[in-house]
Amino acid sequence: MWATVLRRIGIGIVLIWVVSLLIFLVTAVLPGDAATIRLGQNATPESLAALRKELGLDRPFHVQYFSWIGNLVTGDLGISAAGGATIASLIDARIWNTLFMTGIVAAISIPLSVFLGLVAAMNPGRLLDRIVTSGTLGLIAVPDFLIAIVMILVLAVQLGIVPAVSYLSGTEDFLTSLKILTLPILTLVVVVSAQMIRMTRAGVLNVMSSPYIEMAILKGVPRQRIILRHALLNAIGPIVNVIALNLAYLVSGVVVVETIFAYPGLAKLMVDGVQTRDIPLVQACAMIFCGTYVILILIADIASIVTNPRLRHPK
Amino acid sequence: MSTSEQDRDKDLTTGVPARGEVATAELAEGNGQGMASQFDELPDAPPQRRLRLSWTGRIAVGITLFWIVMAFAGPYIAPYDEAFFIEQDLKGQEILDPSFLPPSQLAYLGTDYLGRDVLSRVMWGARTTIGISFAATLLAYFVGITLGIAAAVAGGWTDSILSRIDDAILSFPNIMLGLIVIAAFNSSIPLLIGLAGLIYAASVFRIARALGQDIMVQDFVEAARARGEGLWWIITREILPNAAMPLATDFGLRFVFVILFISSLSFLGLGVQPPTSDWGSMVRENLAGLGNGFWAGAIASLAPAAAIASLTIAINLIVDDISAHEGGSLAKKMV
Repeated sequence: MWATVLRRIGIGIVLIWVVSLLIFLVTAVLPGDAATIRLGQNATPESLAALRKELGLDRPFHVQYFSWIGNLVTGDLGISAAGGATIASLIDARIWNTLFMTGIVAAISIPLSVFLGLVAAMNPGRLLDRIVTSGTLGLIAVPDFLIAIVMILVLAVQLGIVPAVSYLSGTEDFLTSLKILTLPILTLVVVVSAQMIRMTRAGVLNVMSSPYIEMAILKGVPRQRIILRHALLNAIGPIVNVIALNLAYLVSGVVVVETIFAYPGLAKLMVDGVQTRDIPLVQACAMIFCGTYVILILIADIASIVTNPRLRHPK
Repeated sequence: MSTSEQDRDKDLTTGVPARGEVATAELAEGNGQGMASQFDELPDAPPQRRLRLSWTGRIAVGITLFWIVMAFAGPYIAPYDEAFFIEQDLKGQEILDPSFLPPSQLAYLGTDYLGRDVLSRVMWGARTTIGISFAATLLAYFVGITLGIAAAVAGGWTDSILSRIDDAILSFPNIMLGLIVIAAFNSSIPLLIGLAGLIYAASVFRIARALGQDIMVQDFVEAARARGEGLWWIITREILPNAAMPLATDFGLRFVFVILFISSLSFLGLGVQPPTSDWGSMVRENLAGLGNGFWAGAIASLAPAAAIASLTIAINLIVDDISAHEGGSLAKKMV
């Protein structure tokens, strides 16, 4: 088993390295490099050359890449092309906001989804199951921002109980921050839970259709006991897998939600960076998001290896 | 069971699914079980040709057809041009502040933040949004199928190299790839089509490769080889026809993902650029109107968002019906 897990971790490390290479490749071949963007219209060839030298853009590609990745690993993220502030300080100011929000989203959506997914899977075809499956299907097919807009309209504009814009100054206490964050958190909970519920339901139903469950039914084990003793233990693997995968998908949801609610998080910082074409900032943020994504998917894979005897002892 | 796309994508190779693919997945799984004929599992079961749509499916087909017609005809039948600013009312009087007007005879869905007719822009936007997404999906299918079948047929080094590149692309969240590429090259319509096309080609590649590998080892391919048929003949006469049906169902879902992806980028202000109207950008532009009450403002961003949702939900429902019709057995083959 450990060999399989170690191999997966190895693949994960290689993937993160490939991701870093691709991020650097795409952003380094751009037509106007960081120097032309920073100097703008009134750039002379001399000043461009000087700034390129200062930024190290005149070095060969592989040298630039290795110095970038080396600095990244040691925590030196470089200097923002737009403002001149260090990227580390910009990210440090934002990343805790994003972690705070996604942490609360995870804390609400994981128990909620596992519960609803289990209940739906235990009563397949019943009314509750049909409501949950068709409801989540509808939510999954609509864009994230539609859910956010409807939330704003109902909760902020019509009822006026929460603010429509989630600006944090950093001085609020926990409860005030929670109130300010109600709408983005609710939106993300809906988006993430819809997928998680469906996948949990599918995972549990998959276990419920296996031969040993049929055997248990045939020998007359009560339904409650089948679910608790036979099905649930075997469904834990798939459920952990589902949770990790959906936390990975939060990466995309966060981008849209932070933008719509003007929440000062990492994703908003990155989108602003894309708009101002602040390449070093975009590279650093992309590395954080993509790295997190690869690691969460890695955790999902390891969870399914560790909990599945067939994968644990491959033939 | 696992008609779901993420299972499909995941099981095939390293287990890295593409972001969003989970979204509309597992469609067949809900309805599939009840409707599957008991003879589905028999090897020589006669194919059921007639597709019976449920009532939701029929409504969905109607909505989808409506938007397809709108994509072609919208700009011709729209009351105004997409960039026309309404400045006078019906009597020819000057309007002081034409932004976020409530619906009236002048503008049936009201006006947007700059005083343009929302209805006209939704109608024009149908062409932009559906056109770009459709072109991108076609590109994804062309690239994905060509390379996927090539990998399946060639095997060996070609297969390994193409599959590793594919893994690399799939280990990015889609929206991140979009942000990085747009930061580097600036957004334009050809770039959006190319970007979405290549991102989703990675998922199509996996499916096409898996289907190709399955079909390559079938008896009828061996028979064709034994007859001395050439590689091209085998690909066009044996592999592609057999892969066509599963790929066609998948096309619908892939199209939905592309619409959501392009709309999200436009919503972030990084997709289709003004003054071209596009559903995702329209939602963003008119966010400020949300606070003005439903008719005077909110409807300007709700209408395009509802347009996106109606189309994506409708396509999902159609795919749902088709998968149910196939009884899920098709999906099993695809894993």
